[in-house]
Amino acid sequence: MAASTAEPQTLAQKLVARAAGRDRVRPGEIVTCRVDLAMFHDSSGPRRLKPMLAELGARIRDKDRVVLVIDHFVPEADDEARRIVRIAREWAAEQALPHVYDGEGICHVVVPRHGHIRPGMFCVGGDSHSPTGGAFGAYMFGIGATEMLGVVITGEIWLQVPRTIFMQWNRRLADGVVAKDMMLAMIGRFGMNGGRYQAVEFCGDAVAALSMAERMTLCNMSAELGAQAGLVAPDAVTRDWLSRHGAPDVDIEPWRGDEGAAGERHEFDASTLAPQVALPHSPANVRAVGELDPVRIDVAYVGACTGAKLDDLRAAARVLAGRRVAPGVQLLVAPASVADRDEADRDGSLRQLVDAGATLLPTTCGACAGYGQAIAEGSTVISSTARNFKGRMGSASARVYLGSPYTVAASALRGRIADAREVLS
Amino acid sequence: MSRAWKLGADVDTDQLVPGATMKFGLDVIARHVLEAVRPDFAGGVRRGDVIVAGPNFGIGSSREQAASALVHLGVAAVVAPSYGGLYFRNAFNVGLLLLTCPQAGSIDDGEAIAFDARAGTVTRASGERLRCAPIPGFLLDMVEAGGLLAQLKANPKTRTERT
Repeated sequence: MAASTAEPQTLAQKLVARAAGRDRVRPGEIVTCRVDLAMFHDSSGPRRLKPMLAELGARIRDKDRVVLVIDHFVPEADDEARRIVRIAREWAAEQALPHVYDGEGICHVVVPRHGHIRPGMFCVGGDSHSPTGGAFGAYMFGIGATEMLGVVITGEIWLQVPRTIFMQWNRRLADGVVAKDMMLAMIGRFGMNGGRYQAVEFCGDAVAALSMAERMTLCNMSAELGAQAGLVAPDAVTRDWLSRHGAPDVDIEPWRGDEGAAGERHEFDASTLAPQVALPHSPANVRAVGELDPVRIDVAYVGACTGAKLDDLRAAARVLAGRRVAPGVQLLVAPASVADRDEADRDGSLRQLVDAGATLLPTTCGACAGYGQAIAEGSTVISSTARNFKGRMGSASARVYLGSPYTVAASALRGRIADAREVLS
Repeated sequence: MSRAWKLGADVDTDQLVPGATMKFGLDVIARHVLEAVRPDFAGGVRRGDVIVAGPNFGIGSSREQAASALVHLGVAAVVAPSYGGLYFRNAFNVGLLLLTCPQAGSIDDGEAIAFDARAGTVTRASGERLRCAPIPGFLLDMVEAGGLLAQLKANPKTRTERT
């Protein structure tokens, strides 16, 4: 068939087709894909893979395509955590894994910061927030430990070719409104399974205007939208960022959808979006900040791969610079990676947060997943993380609200959930 | 026949397996399954029972213990109108059968039901037959083998032979 008569393909289809060794694929068909990169961490990786590989007498097929990040159980809070982290470190040494990041920060941020995820790649991660990699124009999704075992042994994985849902954000976001607000608005509208395990492609002028960190926030929370993958077509912003993070001269040209490719399309006006808040106990339980009854808070948490990258730390610092958090409010800041923390330190953002009363926590998953130091029972929390399921942050009786880093900082300042735009103006 | 444990909609992976238990092995994790929403489950479930749930069962984390803990407790299948996509993959990989049944909501708590994965049916105590979405053959093979690990053990090439 001549190329000119062929059906247009979405970016997701092109990425899957390349990995499947095909010219084109149809949504719904089941294909086998070659995996370019498999990422896992101390919780999902070595402690599960090591015994299963031993049981099978199997080996990792290509160690260069594997990245291990130790981020969940560090710093080790107890003997169980020490055991899990020790397994990860010993196994990494024993296997002589070439790509190991230990204590550098959270996998979804650390791995792209080392240039491992590039446009056109097909990647899997042993963590549900793995769609974060889609911000770089790679097809990336989360899998469990047993499926990861299959990937590291065979180098392959099956996939049902997804349909594409286009989320088109027109015009530009207002000052103090960010990618997190866009995601909460979409999750509130479509629900936690609204993505139906298909591919979501974020597009439009407001998306094109976002930094890489903000695009990562969009793709990261594709998980909460129930999509398999979240994608942003790579552009000059992507190329420039990657050239500063270990991946110079990437080819972005092939990695955009064809004109007229089929998919469901939803349009939004970014300019009218207000800061959004998800109420306990679901990321889909969303209201605009102005529609909330007054909510007093005990803890304000800036953390996680979702909400503590450099841009997030800067946003919080912008609100809190020269001010103090309200009496009785605990402001906790757990930067997403050592690199994000150090950059925020160099530009003064970190100092502004500490001067405002913030307590700095380790650059790990921490309280976001209820690992390590947990949130106190009975607390009301406003958090820049991705999930507020009951008990998620380690306390069954905590009430967790989700918002942007701007909203978290403004709420820390006021002692109640607040609209950062009132502080910034 | 299988006894049904009825749950609501949006049962997430943190409800199935609380994060605080993730550092332990399955024997400990299994004691805490669903404790926040169905505290009588972990102690009361018997081998061969089934979970009947509302839409979006298993949304959330990639932790496959949220599926393997159910296998550990002897759960024979889950019947729900829809699942988190990642949970769906994990379940078959660890040998847990998921039946996608739009009318799951009509089944009562404690009801004795029967199911046939290959035929794609759930039969209620009344004899009423509910249709389930078809499951690709290679996934049925995987779940019948006891999951991916068991399949790889039997034949390391299995993953690429797909029908």
